[in-house]
Amino acid sequence: MGKTLTEKVLGRKAGRDVQAGEVVTVSPDYVLSHDNSAAIIKEFQKLGVRKVRAPGKIVIVLDHIVPAADEKYAQNHKSIREFVAAQGIPNFFDINTGICHQVLPEQGFALPGLVIVGSDSHTPSYGALGAFAAGIGRTETACTWATDEIWLRVPETMRIDLSGRFGRGVSAKDLSLKLIGDHGAEMANYKAVEFAGPAAGGFSVGARLTLANMSAEMGAKNGYFAPDDKALKWLEGRARQPFSALASDPDARYESVLAVDLDALVPQAACPHTVDNVKPVAAIAGKPVNQVLIGTCTNGRLEDLEAAAAILKGRRVHPSVRVLVIPASWQVYREALASGALAVLVEAGCVILNSGCGPCLGAHEGLLAAGEVCLSTSNRNFRGRMGNRDSEIYLASPATAAATAVTGRITDPREFS
Amino acid sequence: MSHGKVWKYGDNVNTDVIFPGRYTYQIMTPEEMARHALEDQDPGFAKSVQPGDVIVAGKNFGCGSSREQAAACLKAAGIQAVVAKSFARIYFRNAINLGLAVLQSEEAADRLETGDAVEVDLARGEIRSAKGTFRFHPLPESVLGIIAAGGLIEYTKTKLDAAENETAKE
Ligand code: SF4
Repeated sequence: MGKTLTEKVLGRKAGRDVQAGEVVTVSPDYVLSHDNSAAIIKEFQKLGVRKVRAPGKIVIVLDHIVPAADEKYAQNHKSIREFVAAQGIPNFFDINTGICHQVLPEQGFALPGLVIVGSDSHTPSYGALGAFAAGIGRTETACTWATDEIWLRVPETMRIDLSGRFGRGVSAKDLSLKLIGDHGAEMANYKAVEFAGPAAGGFSVGARLTLANMSAEMGAKNGYFAPDDKALKWLEGRARQPFSALASDPDARYESVLAVDLDALVPQAACPHTVDNVKPVAAIAGKPVNQVLIGTCTNGRLEDLEAAAAILKGRRVHPSVRVLVIPASWQVYREALASGALAVLVEAGCVILNSGCGPCLGAHEGLLAAGEVCLSTSNRNFRGRMGNRDSEIYLASPATAAATAVTGRITDPREFS
Repeated sequence: MSHGKVWKYGDNVNTDVIFPGRYTYQIMTPEEMARHALEDQDPGFAKSVQPGDVIVAGKNFGCGSSREQAAACLKAAGIQAVVAKSFARIYFRNAINLGLAVLQSEEAADRLETGDAVEVDLARGEIRSAKGTFRFHPLPESVLGIIAAGGLIEYTKTKLDAAENETAKE
């Protein structure tokens, strides 16, 4: 019986043959944390050890509230910088780098065949490049810092067979929302999700990152694309270390297989207040919005900003809407400057924010007042996530966000293309 | 290995019925948490549960919120293991990291009923009862260690102390 990518990656780390359902103890390749490192440091101190076990494996990216929004956050950042210096942690990225889930791929940490854990629920993003990557808790992160070990249950795998091609105005975000809408937010609870099938190879690395990121909203432990030539090419010049890629065997055992035809897909939106409350954009078109957010770790890459710029070029943001743009990283920021996309967005009247999480988790920069409606390209629309409890969040693609920015009402992007 | 009695429930036993949301922001001792265990699923549970008892349930046990109390309250109530067809991911990790054994066995979940006497052998990966012996993937030594230590923080502390003593001896 063949093995899935997840079984192979975890088995190689564990040094034995493993199959879904087993628990392995492994030494991860990288352990991610962000602004929550301040809380993790407190847990770490309870353990009574002075030094972290493997400083080179720890990756800390300040991204959640950058620059610090108030004194408390400033103090957290300060204590993290001090810890990083005292422990000699080399992989530290300060407030001018970007969102962790963009930074780890870009800076060559997210590599095929690696095991990466992170104290953030969207850690599965790195599966876009064929890594096994899963979210863990803060206590576990502290213990992993101390021991360089973590236990993981080898998940069963759900395969999603993609065929066909995205139509006009449709992208990876629409696909992820459609899947979650059709099958529920627990569709892949505890499972690995493999995005495969004849269309998978055509997905850009950015689109793969969007899907792997959204696999967290399917309940998945990890989500991935098999590393192919496209992934390997993207990693050229970025990879920090040698790696050897692994992929599922043709006769691997899947817990279930879902077939999806991209040709039939139309723009989708998740309506308040759950990610699986999904409707076609056309069905909710006309709903007035107060704010549009383009960016975040889900959809803040160059291709996303360019999709928005393509619609906003030569147009103005509707006067009743505030449009916030957050490039996912400074590298994306610079690329979008060079490509001209940022100039288009600024000319249209968008507010460009520092690369970070900001309003996505309701921490600062553009929160919502009671009764306000936001259409966002992020990944969660839970009640109160971006500000007041009585505000509403719709999730959609960058193209839908840009079309909505122009009209001030939820708008199907196909009207503009 | 120890003996206990089965408490049987169905699919999707969620964290709200295991440990109601109305208590989540109150600071409670383990004993107080135990008194509310499974309150909204089975109001009689907390009064009659005995140390060593086992919960047997269907699919997706522990779905819902990430509250750690939903695992802590069962452990405090004396439950030695939860056997289910499947667990919600966060619940599974929380349970083990808090020292509660969570075991997956379709067969045991189908066959066992409330009141059955069972013996759970974590190391061998077996649940023994008059209805037969059911196998589950044995938990590896490290996870058994976490459960035996009473949770991840305690386990890690002990492990680190042991490592330190080793170095001291050298
Ligand atoms: S951008 Fe939003 S979803 Fe992504 S890491 Fe930041 S807070 Fe989390």
